[in-house]
Amino acid sequence: MNLFVDAWRWLTTGSNWTGDGGAATRLVEHLLVSGLVVGIAAVIAVPLGVLVGHTGRGRTAVVLAASAARAVPTLGLLTLVALATGIGLTGPVVALVVLAVPSLLAGAYAGVESVDRVTIDAARAVGMTEAQVVRRVELPLAAPLLVGGLRSATLQVVATSTLAAYTADVGLGRLLFAGLKAREYDVMLASALLVVALALVLEGVLALVQRLVTPRTSARAGNARPISTVPEQSPTERTS
Amino acid sequence: MKWLSQNYPQVIELFLTHLALSVPAVVASFLIAVPLGWSAQHGRGLRGPVLVGVGLLYAIPSLPLFIIVPVLIGTPLRSSATMIVVLTVYGVAVLVRSAADAFASVPATTLDAAAAVGHTRWSSFWRVELPLAGPVLLAGVRVITVSTVSLVSVGAVIGIQSLGTLFTDGFQRGIRFEVVTGIVLIVALAVLLDGLVVLAGRLLMPWTRGSVGRARAKRVRDDAPVLAEPQLASAGKHEEAPR
Repeated sequence: MNLFVDAWRWLTTGSNWTGDGGAATRLVEHLLVSGLVVGIAAVIAVPLGVLVGHTGRGRTAVVLAASAARAVPTLGLLTLVALATGIGLTGPVVALVVLAVPSLLAGAYAGVESVDRVTIDAARAVGMTEAQVVRRVELPLAAPLLVGGLRSATLQVVATSTLAAYTADVGLGRLLFAGLKAREYDVMLASALLVVALALVLEGVLALVQRLVTPRTSARAGNARPISTVPEQSPTERTS
Repeated sequence: MKWLSQNYPQVIELFLTHLALSVPAVVASFLIAVPLGWSAQHGRGLRGPVLVGVGLLYAIPSLPLFIIVPVLIGTPLRSSATMIVVLTVYGVAVLVRSAADAFASVPATTLDAAAAVGHTRWSSFWRVELPLAGPVLLAGVRVITVSTVSLVSVGAVIGIQSLGTLFTDGFQRGIRFEVVTGIVLIVALAVLLDGLVVLAGRLLMPWTRGSVGRARAKRVRDDAPVLAEPQLASAGKHEEAPR
């Protein structure tokens, strides 16, 4: 327990935050890398997921690919790409994108797929083109599940970005590895707590976003239950 | 290939170590998560707090946890005990939610009927509720089996031996084949254990196996209408839900 006191002392010492390798720089780096990775993954996964959800084609292939990607250990991919491309950001970014894609993909296609067929037929009946159906009907209704996918992807990426420091000089993981090498356990614990805090803050923010994009009617429809690690359901939704 | 022929005894040992870390964690997660999930579903007002709690557990990154757990419970930093505890934390975080959903999928009227024919709460749990929740629960166990096997490798960066050691060692020594071997074996182990979980599910829940074929056979034999099993048919969908 003493170690927690030491870690707290490290965290509250101003000089540990400033400078080139200070905690503030590492925190910003960590956020930038995570943001870059989630951005790239979203550009790949969201259009693909929406397409699969809209057309209903290629669903099996996407599910298989996503579950295969889940079994691939991030550290292995990270070191493999780093061996091929050298020390730097490429390794972590590639490995983390592979980590983030399945959640985003699943959120996108499950969201679009969960939209009531009757609603879509109605949109077509009033003369909407396919593009309008996707943009004005399917995407807004899919939003809670889409953000749910974004939320679990972000959570995993922020947590795993710690590993980026294994092959690149970035992020909060840098402090952790430096502490490990020098046997400075207070520094390790302090950086560990920083990552935890960052993950929890982002989780809270995205949970709020998810609540904001949930259409009020979907609570009654019951088919747009947000996929998330933290529940939004009220106890009244219990089925027994 | 030359690397493998020279190092296969070590690779086999790491494979077994990896297995010995993964299996206890999955079993422990199951034993902890099922009662928790059950109480989350049945305890008045417990569902919210329990599920928020495990959600927050899940939000904690694994690498920091390898450092926090030893400080909290006093296990040595580089030990299999630390690893199994960390893996169990994640397993529980994911599985409690599946378990709560699984028990929620059992209709209340079924439980009432069980009570009406004289089941006590205890025997109703074992003979009615658990079997009916089984398929959804199985889907959850499959998810944590795969993620646990993958997660074990992270411990290698702080020095806990596993197939992940092939990554750190291969990276330091620049042997690409060693890293590839690690990835292939981890995916293979995940697939193998997942297959065993599915097999165990079929043995323990024979009614979920080949329901179409057997239903047809039954119809031919009895010439009677076949009852649908919507509860069981819908269970498989949970596997694809993102974590």
